[in-house]
Amino acid sequence: MEVIQSPAQATYWLIQGRILFLFLHLLGTACFAYIVARRLRPLLSGQRDYRFDRPFARLGNVLQFWLGQWRHPRYRFAGAMHLAIFAGFILLASRAFSLLALGIAGGPVASGPSSSAGHLYDIVRDYAATVVFLAMVVAAIRRLVFKPKRYAVPARYGKAHTADAIFLLGLIALLMAADGFYEGSLAAAHARAGQPVEFLAAFSMPWLLQRAFASASLSTLSQVHLGSYMVHELTFFFLLCYRPFGIQFHVETSLFSIYFAKLDRATLKPVRWGVDDQHLDQVKSFGVKRFEDFTWKHMLDFYSCADCGRCSDQCPANAVGRPLSPRFITTKARDYSFRHYPVWGRPAADEPLIGGIYSEDEIWSCTTCGACEAECPLLVEYIDKMVDLRRGMIDDGNVPQSLQKPLKALESRGNPYGKMEKKRGDWAKAKEFQQTCEVPVLNGKRTAGTLYFVDSVTSYDDRIQSIGRATARILRHTGEDFGILGAAEKDSGHEVRRFGEEMLFQALRDHNTEAIQASGVRRIVTADPHAFNALKHDYRDLPPVEHISQVIASEVKAGKIAFRPVDNAGDVYAYHDPCYLGRHNQVYDDPRAVLDAIPGLQRVEMARSRDRSFCCGGGGLALFYEPKEEERMGVKRVRMAAEAGANVIVTACPFCMVNMEDAIKVAGMEGKMTAIDLTELVDRQMAREEVGAAV
Amino acid sequence: MARLFAYIVHQEGVADDSAAELVSAAARIDAGQPPVAVVTGWGAELDAVCDSLRDVYKEVWKVAHAALAYPNAELVRQALVRVLPHDCILLVPHAHFGVDLSPGLSIKLDSAYVPDVVDIEGVAGASLKLVRQEFGGQVSAHVRCDISAGAVLNIRPGAYPPAAGAPAGGQVIDKSAGIGELTSRRRYIETIAAETGDVDITRQAVLVSIGRGIGEKDNVAIAEELAEAMGAAVSCSRPVVDAKWLEKSRQVGSSGQTVKPKVYLACGISGSFQHLAGLKGNPYIVAINKNPNAPIFRVADVGIVDDILELLPELTARIREEKSK
Amino acid sequence: MEILVCAKRVPDTSENEISLDSAGTDIERDDLVYSVNEPDNYAVEEALQIVARTGGTVTVATVGGEDDEEILRREMAMGAQQAVLISDEAFAGSDGRGIAAILSAFVRRGKYDLILTGVQADDGAAQVGGMLAAMLDYPFASLVNAIEVLDGGKLKASREIQGGNKEISEIDLPCVLSIQTGINEPRYVGMRGIKQVAARPIPTPDAAELGVDPATVGEAAAKVKRVDYFVPAAGKGAEMLEGDREEIIGTLIELVRAKGGLN
Repeated sequence: MEVIQSPAQATYWLIQGRILFLFLHLLGTACFAYIVARRLRPLLSGQRDYRFDRPFARLGNVLQFWLGQWRHPRYRFAGAMHLAIFAGFILLASRAFSLLALGIAGGPVASGPSSSAGHLYDIVRDYAATVVFLAMVVAAIRRLVFKPKRYAVPARYGKAHTADAIFLLGLIALLMAADGFYEGSLAAAHARAGQPVEFLAAFSMPWLLQRAFASASLSTLSQVHLGSYMVHELTFFFLLCYRPFGIQFHVETSLFSIYFAKLDRATLKPVRWGVDDQHLDQVKSFGVKRFEDFTWKHMLDFYSCADCGRCSDQCPANAVGRPLSPRFITTKARDYSFRHYPVWGRPAADEPLIGGIYSEDEIWSCTTCGACEAECPLLVEYIDKMVDLRRGMIDDGNVPQSLQKPLKALESRGNPYGKMEKKRGDWAKAKEFQQTCEVPVLNGKRTAGTLYFVDSVTSYDDRIQSIGRATARILRHTGEDFGILGAAEKDSGHEVRRFGEEMLFQALRDHNTEAIQASGVRRIVTADPHAFNALKHDYRDLPPVEHISQVIASEVKAGKIAFRPVDNAGDVYAYHDPCYLGRHNQVYDDPRAVLDAIPGLQRVEMARSRDRSFCCGGGGLALFYEPKEEERMGVKRVRMAAEAGANVIVTACPFCMVNMEDAIKVAGMEGKMTAIDLTELVDRQMAREEVGAAV
Repeated sequence: MARLFAYIVHQEGVADDSAAELVSAAARIDAGQPPVAVVTGWGAELDAVCDSLRDVYKEVWKVAHAALAYPNAELVRQALVRVLPHDCILLVPHAHFGVDLSPGLSIKLDSAYVPDVVDIEGVAGASLKLVRQEFGGQVSAHVRCDISAGAVLNIRPGAYPPAAGAPAGGQVIDKSAGIGELTSRRRYIETIAAETGDVDITRQAVLVSIGRGIGEKDNVAIAEELAEAMGAAVSCSRPVVDAKWLEKSRQVGSSGQTVKPKVYLACGISGSFQHLAGLKGNPYIVAINKNPNAPIFRVADVGIVDDILELLPELTARIREEKSK
Repeated sequence: MEILVCAKRVPDTSENEISLDSAGTDIERDDLVYSVNEPDNYAVEEALQIVARTGGTVTVATVGGEDDEEILRREMAMGAQQAVLISDEAFAGSDGRGIAAILSAFVRRGKYDLILTGVQADDGAAQVGGMLAAMLDYPFASLVNAIEVLDGGKLKASREIQGGNKEISEIDLPCVLSIQTGINEPRYVGMRGIKQVAARPIPTPDAAELGVDPATVGEAAAKVKRVDYFVPAAGKGAEMLEGDREEIIGTLIELVRAKGGLN
């Protein structure tokens, strides 16, 4: 005979538990199903998005990023907490269902199978619930007392989310506590009646509670037992139905967000999935202007964001006070969808996003550096959304005046500066340079195996031309049979595309593709990571593309490039990862290997390096945009280099060079800090005689 | 040769600098024929202007009418059509009023019109050979103008020096009688003064002036530091204001302020006519520009071909260094 | 309100290096790229904004040939409902007066409440607007940097005058205004926009259709003709400081100090 009744057998307010809980379960499930169906509504009005290919790669992502929580430990403390809570939830999933079942089918056996496997699970379960409970307490203390900066909500983005967070933490803690009371009271009752007591894991919540209840009467214990079950049930279903109303929804959606996450991050989504370039003219409107122009996956992202603030914490635009914080790009869109697709009633009339929830400057402030995407534990996509919003603004003619000139010049001259096409190759005609290093123009009369794709900034910027000449000398030194396209080359269009001017990008791409194919080269080398990324990922049907740092690294390995001991041996070098070489293409080691091959070169790492590199301010059209900001990104970056103890910043990107040199001046660090491109450094340090003989 | 007239722009009873310059310009057309000044206006201010012009003009035509108290180009045009012989050659200063007045006036007089003349090379038969500038002053063009039915020529202010020599001792002739009723479908309401910023650049003795070459807003600080070291103020050309890098009150030029400094450092300023029009009093001009062909070098006293972003900080440092000695 | 904007295709100074050809009498035209004259673009934007407030249509007209069609397409892509290419061989070589005469014939055929032009063209002379107004007997204002539409067929217009001051006038419609840059922020026109209007018909009225006597326009009738281009002699020119930067700075400081430039 059971000493206390199970919830199913008990009578609550004259209703038998079995019936009451059956009703509760059905009601809770129905509510949840209804709310989720309403939440799916906007996704059905969203744009198409092809996310059903490559299931194994996607499952791999699920294992790594969802089950494996891969990115969480990047933030040690919060990551560890989340790991604990996540693991707890996974472990408690079957417990939750068995508890639910108990309410309806609860017989004399109170809980769980009594096999040894069952015992093991019980132990794990007890600890899991306890850990989750404690994690809630710690998280609440952290939110209320320590207030980490990245959770703060600046006034322009709305009011603080702390109350919501505490409420949610409280609910989960309540759920865990109810379970503990349920178990603890039962065990205490059994002990009191002299019956076999459930095995409770030592120092777990039920274990502690059992001891706390040691002197309680059976009727008290029965009340606690049945009451805590009721609280557990109510909390469970309340939490379930409350989830689609905020960040807690990620519990359900994160699995799908990660499964459907973008696999090819280096390129951009097409204007419309399923519409090829030839048929783009038939697309009525480009980009995202209203909420329903987002794809269903991008809408799903809005639901999945857990508001952890890591994106904004890493975002360089946010760091320098530009009016952009990626976190709020997502939460503002989520709130918009909640407002316009309410749980009750009809969807509300839509309003434009720009000027509504987003400002123009907010969207232009992004440098597409990818720091946010590299950090997001849920693989939320930002760059595609930014570009889609820009496509919408471009389509409406809504473009800052400072960007219109370079865009027009790109259209008419193929470069953003409005310089003559015929002067594109002039950098190679500098007198002294030409005598020692001839750079042939592959114009049909001359051919070569390798094309050096120079791109606009290196071709026309007086300072940056030096990178072009250094690159050419390195290629010449290694005996490479190479040439340039000269006047036939146009801007790669990398930033043109990322600033949303897709049609202009396609015109540039088509022109360059034709010119490159006509040149008959078998390989392309570039020293500009933006061109590298464009040619590699945005273009099609081209020979293989390499960045000069990769070429140099392999030539160093092959012994074709050797170095003299470093000049000015007292200098300390720090390598700055260009976004489009590092984060977008994972070329982190080659440039470092080259630096380390120079005898005597002292190298330090900045605190933010590799996939956490801090953007210099952006390239291409970003140089023409005048953002509202408190400080330049480049200035922050050169200070970081100084903090690391370096006095030379090595970059491998012409735009980084432009920004770093400017930043050194603005920061008043002239004489204390210099910037040098990897090619310039290699050109300076190459041992010419010995190797010349070897080649 | 047709009769020569010069339209006199004036304000608050004082004739514009261009009044004396037009005498020199007219001499390039016909050195033997002194031009006649035509002055429209009303009341004591008009009388004062006419009187002052007697020093440089032998003959001053006064056209007085209450409706002309404010120079509304539409009304002035009507008056001039009624007063001037239609085959005359009329010289007008090419500034905001001339741009408003002259094209329509040439149609009403049925004569030729050439705007923004920078030089008059001479007369050949029934035509006049003139020089204009195009493409922001990058190239000049010779223009031939048929003057057989008269002409309206807008002369660039500053293109000619003011007439020098003995006072002309001219006489004022009142031509107001024949003008009759003046009506216009454009009515002057008011003039709104430009907002003046914290610094009045028109009163500064030394100006560090920046143009498009400053590149971006953050670089304005480079000029500000130099100005501070020199004890000067920062001014700029129009593109800098259009880009909102500096306030409108800092702009030198025809659409901005007219300044009269002793020393003018033109940094990264190409030297368009519109900009130079705001530079008066023959300052000592130092031009620093990356482009050796920039028109500014033609008017500057000293020129340096260099990048201002590199040169200015060094210059600032040297000046500070010398001051601290 | 029915608005006509008169636009012109010019070599854009910001995207061209203007230099003389080998003969030294014309500018080198081989590598020039052309676009709509910048102030004209502001005029079109202003017209579009007025129409957005008051209703009506915007028509853009230019006098020229086939090559000039591109700017009309661009302005249509901006939002102009109509574009007209006024074209006849007899028009070639017209001076400003000739162009104004052609445009006035075109205006008389239609019914426009407001006619806008750019304040001046890079290769032009700030003349056509004023001449057109005089020929049509419409009131005219130049250098307009703000327009407000008033009730009763009137506008309030601001002219940019010396010292950055604004001269405010009231003008009866119909009228002609020449638009100063900076009056607004023209919208961007991308390749896609131009493609979308590629098939829109552009009427091309000629001299006969407009009733223009060919003898009154074109080169023969021009009273003002450009003879040649040249680069002016340096004049007095600047004394150029050369040498290394340190040296230059030293000399410069001495010169500026002598002129009272260091305080």
